[in-house]
Amino acid sequence: MTRTIEARRLEKRFGKTHALTGLDLVADAGQVTALLGPNGAGKTTFVRAVATLLRLDGGTLLVGGHDVAREPQQVRSLIGLAGQYAAVEPAMSGRENLEMVARLFGLSRRAAKAAASAVLTQLRLEDAGERLVRTYSGGMRRRLDLGASLVGRPRLLILDEPTTGLDPRSRIELWDAIRALVDSGTDVLLTTQYLDEADQLAGQIVIVDHGRTLATGSPAELKQRVGGKVIEVHARGEQLPAVAAALARLGDSEPDVDHATRRVTVGVTERSDGLLGAARALTSAGIDVDEIALRQPTLDEVFLALTGKPAQADPIPKSAAA
Amino acid sequence: MATIAQTVETGIAQRRAAGFVASTITITRRSALRYVRTPQLVVMATLQMSLFFLIYRYMFAGAMRSVGVAYVDFLVPGFIATGVLFSGIGAAVGMAEDVEQGFVDRLRSLPIPRSSVLAARALADTGILVLAASVTVAIAYAVGFRLHGSVLAGLAAFGLVILFGFAFEWLFITIGLFAGNGQAAQGMGMIVFPFAFISSAYIAVSTMPGWLQAFAKHQPLTDMVDTVRALTLGSRATAVLGHPASHYLTGSLLWTAGILAVAVPLAIWRYHRG
Repeated sequence: MTRTIEARRLEKRFGKTHALTGLDLVADAGQVTALLGPNGAGKTTFVRAVATLLRLDGGTLLVGGHDVAREPQQVRSLIGLAGQYAAVEPAMSGRENLEMVARLFGLSRRAAKAAASAVLTQLRLEDAGERLVRTYSGGMRRRLDLGASLVGRPRLLILDEPTTGLDPRSRIELWDAIRALVDSGTDVLLTTQYLDEADQLAGQIVIVDHGRTLATGSPAELKQRVGGKVIEVHARGEQLPAVAAALARLGDSEPDVDHATRRVTVGVTERSDGLLGAARALTSAGIDVDEIALRQPTLDEVFLALTGKPAQADPIPKSAAA
Repeated sequence: MATIAQTVETGIAQRRAAGFVASTITITRRSALRYVRTPQLVVMATLQMSLFFLIYRYMFAGAMRSVGVAYVDFLVPGFIATGVLFSGIGAAVGMAEDVEQGFVDRLRSLPIPRSSVLAARALADTGILVLAASVTVAIAYAVGFRLHGSVLAGLAAFGLVILFGFAFEWLFITIGLFAGNGQAAQGMGMIVFPFAFISSAYIAVSTMPGWLQAFAKHQPLTDMVDTVRALTLGSRATAVLGHPASHYLTGSLLWTAGILAVAVPLAIWRYHRG
């Protein structure tokens, strides 16, 4: 299998800040690789390195087999970048924006027109193609931005937090567009702080924190790492501590109590008697509950298990750490 | 799977990215469209400039009898030459906003010569300068400015203003790249005020206190203003200014070369560093 990205022990410092501290990543062709981590984990720095936008302080980074430091132009002809901001020109129409980028990729005028039309159709923007971008909604701008990264027919599409700040519907539309791209043979590197986004799209998830790789695997493999399944109980009123105490005897770890949602969760191994054991424990303690369920762990819980702290989906935009 | 990858590979191998000239034109076109399609920007800038011009022209004319010629003939070259500084602030802000909004990142990730992005910026903003200077000349004529030298000298003066403007554009591009966002660029752009005002643009340097004269005489704007002024004053230049146009021309061209020699590499270095 060919490797789209091969990163070994990447290092990058901005003054005293260590953005990358030995990050390793191998992305195979034919799938979405999601880089998942909280703000400040080094995701954007990594993406900028792959897109040849910054110089690394250490390590080697190959994109499509080309070293980003030695052959940046070759790398640039393989990639398409859509960043955290919709980098499209508001005073031009959607079509003009796409044609501009296509022309910069060296397409002839006619080929640029054709590529723009194809991308507009692909992203369901054909009706808005002739309108100035300043009349677009936020979701349409992001889709056009994605389109601008596609007109050069990149082998690797790099998406830095593509759905941050989008409403749920626009998010799902963008997800569909990304899935369609992967089906048509484009490899995708995606950063996200949304666990469900990585879960939805990625074949491979790389969890990073403090500029290092914490874990790599398919969504299912990562969930497995937490060890088996999770029992989740919705407690009634003041019974949270009692529920937690009853469940503590079942799990391998301390139960997690969420007061805001009145939920108690505890990880259980495959060989414990799971749901029935929990139900028995609660009944013998004389506790009535609203709901009890056995489920797969979420990636949030994976992150908690790996880092000892929850992944934060912090809505504060990062300053472009250039 | 392999066949798709191969097809894409061949397609990419055959594809040649746009060269320096083609990509510069493409990116310049974008800046031009931005101005054309945001007429309120152009209109506001022109109105503001005209207003300042008329205020100087009529308010100071009475107090400025000592300059040796009609104040309007003294003022217009100074006003147009310093105008390149004020419109440069807009260039710095534009560059910084392109950085801030990720547009520069998009361009830097494309397989095009990176210097074409900066060249396009300098070209587009110099184009705007030509427009702004033409409007000022037209207004100047309407309120009494007259060319005392030859038409050729007048055209040369206009061309020099644009050349000075082009050199300063690179300085403003550098400021924009370092600022990284529009507001900071606007703030850093304030550096033009001492250069514009402590110069020979609006008043004779000889009327300033000694320590200000020292600065005024040794900064690029004074030489540039006096070159343009000498060319438009024709045979009266030496009598009014003390030296013929050629004297000031040497100084201003040296300044221009100096500014380009520092600002162009600095801008390119900053742009490459990302």
